[in-house]
Amino acid sequence: MKTTKSIKKIAYHFFVVAFGFLMVYPVLWMVSGSFKGNAEILRGGLNLIPKELKSSNYATGWKGFSGITFSTYFWNSLWITLLATLGTVVSSALVAYALSRIRFKGRKFWFTCMIATMLLPGQILMVPSFLIWHKLGLVGTYVPLILPYFCGQAFFIYQMMQFMAGIPRELDAAATIDGCSKYGIFFHVILPLLKPSIVTTVIIQFYWKWDDYMGPLLYLSDPKKATASLAIKMFADSASTTDYGAMFAMSTISLIPVFLIFLFFNRYLIQGIGTSGLKG
Amino acid sequence: MDKSALSLKVDSQKFLHRNEFVGHVFAAPFVFGFICFSLIPILTSLYYSLTNYSMMTKGQPDFIGIKNYLNLFQDEIFVKSIGVTLKYVFISVPLKLAFALFVAYLLTRKSRLVTLYRSLYYIPSLVGGSVAVTLVWKQLFARKGLFNALMVNLGLDAINWFGDKNLALYPLVLMSVWQFGSSMIIFAAGLKEIPESYYEAARIDGGNGLQIFLRITLPCLSPIILYNLIMQTISAFMAFTQAYIITGGGPDNGTMMYALYVYLHAIKYGNMGYACAMSWFMLVIMSIITLIIFKTSKAWVFTEAD
Repeated sequence: MKTTKSIKKIAYHFFVVAFGFLMVYPVLWMVSGSFKGNAEILRGGLNLIPKELKSSNYATGWKGFSGITFSTYFWNSLWITLLATLGTVVSSALVAYALSRIRFKGRKFWFTCMIATMLLPGQILMVPSFLIWHKLGLVGTYVPLILPYFCGQAFFIYQMMQFMAGIPRELDAAATIDGCSKYGIFFHVILPLLKPSIVTTVIIQFYWKWDDYMGPLLYLSDPKKATASLAIKMFADSASTTDYGAMFAMSTISLIPVFLIFLFFNRYLIQGIGTSGLKG
Repeated sequence: MDKSALSLKVDSQKFLHRNEFVGHVFAAPFVFGFICFSLIPILTSLYYSLTNYSMMTKGQPDFIGIKNYLNLFQDEIFVKSIGVTLKYVFISVPLKLAFALFVAYLLTRKSRLVTLYRSLYYIPSLVGGSVAVTLVWKQLFARKGLFNALMVNLGLDAINWFGDKNLALYPLVLMSVWQFGSSMIIFAAGLKEIPESYYEAARIDGGNGLQIFLRITLPCLSPIILYNLIMQTISAFMAFTQAYIITGGGPDNGTMMYALYVYLHAIKYGNMGYACAMSWFMLVIMSIITLIIFKTSKAWVFTEAD
C-alpha cells in the first residue's frame, strides 16, 4: 500500500517535471542557440548543448546595427518600462482606493467606465490614438508610450479593488476614530496592506511593457530611440543573411530583466493573484 | 426623532461633501485618462470613419458617409481577416483554457514543490509575448526547424508550416495556447477556494473522479471560467505581434489577423478613415461577442446564492 503510494508520488513528480521541461524547452533552446554557430542552428537539431561553445555571438550581437549598440536599446527599454510601471502602480492604487473605499457621487459611473475600458480591446484605440498624438506632434517621442500609464490601467485597478475588498473596513473605521483623514487611511492603512497586489502589478506590468512591441513600432521611428524589442526585430531584418546566433544572444539578454523580476517576486505573483480571488 | 434625523442629515451632508472631493481627487488620474485616451479617441475615430482621411494626401478630409463601411464588405482581404481572426479565437481560447485548467488541476497536490512547479509553468507566459521568443517560435516551425526535426525523427514528413495558407495559423494558435500561465494561476486560486467538504460529501455518495470534476469542480469554478474566457477572448482578438513578426499576414493572407490588417491600412497605406471604420466594426463585433458570453453565462455560471 505504502509503496504503491510512493511510486504514484514519484510518477507524479516525474511527469510534472518532464512536462514542465517540455514547456520551457523553446526558451532553453534559444539560450543554447545563443552559443551555437549559424550553421548548427539552421540544421535544426534538438540538442541543447552546442557542439562548440561560441560565446562570440554576444560580442557580435551587442555591436547592434548601423552604429548603434544594444546598450542604447536596453537603456531605452529599461527606463521606459520603469517609468510606465511606476506610473501604473501609483495611479492604479489611487483610483482603486477611490472606487472601492470612498462613497462619492459618480463612483458607480466611473466604475462602469473602468470596466468598459477593461473590456475594450486596445487595438480599437490604436488608430485614433495615433492620430491624436500625431496632431499633438508627439509621434516620435516617448510621451505616448509613458503618459497613459500614469492614468491608471483598468486591469490593475480591478485587481487592486478585488484585493482591497479583502481588507476589513473596521481598519478604516478604527483609523478614522484615531483622527486619520481619508488621505491618511490610504497612506497608512491601505497602502501597506496592498503590498502583495502591488508586487503582482509590478511584475505583470513590467513584463508587458518590456515585451511591448506594437507601441514602440507605432511611435518610435528613429533607430536611436528604439527599444530592445524593436531592435531585436530590426536586427533580424538588418543583414541579408540573419546572424541567428547573435540574434538569440541578444534575445537571451533581453529576457534577463524579466526573469530577474520574476525570480525576485514570483512568490508574491503565485500567491498574490490567489488572495486577490475573483468573487462574483 | 426629527431633530436627530436632521442633525444626522447635516452630518451626512458634510460627510458626503467631503467624500465627493476626496473621491474625485483619488479618481482623477483615471477620469483624465478615460477622457483623453479612451473617450476622445473613440469619438474621433467614429467621425474619421465617415471620412476619406488619408495621411498620404494633404488637406481636409471629406465627409463620405458610410462609404468606408460599405467598402469593407467589398474588400476580400478584410472579409478574410475576419475569418482568420475568428478561427484563431475559437480554436486558441478554448484550448488554452482547457490546458490551463488541466495544469492547475494537476498542481493542486499538497506538496512544497507545487509553488516551484507553478513558477516553471508560468515561464511561457512570462516570455511568450516578447519579440525574442516570437522569433524563436518562427525558427521552431521553419522548414528545417525543431518541430520538423521532431516529426522526421518520428518517421513523419516535414511540413512547410509557413508556406501553406491553411496551416500557417496553427503555429500561432499553438503559441497562444502555450502562454496559459496567467489563466492557470487564476484557476489554481479558484481551485484552492473550493471547500474540501464538498469533495468529501461527493466521495461518500460514491462519486468517481470524473463525476466529482464535472459536478463539483466545474460548477464551483464557473465564475472564474467566465472571467478567464472573457479576458482571453479579448486578448486573442487583439493578437498582433505574432502575426506581424512570424508571417506578416501571409501566405496568401492566411494569417491576416484583424489587428494586423488595421495596422497595415493605417500606418503602411495611410488610409486612416478606412482603418477607423475597421476599428469600429471590430468594436461592434467584440461587443456582441462579449454580450453573448455574458448572456449565456447566466445559464452555466453558478454563484454561491444558487
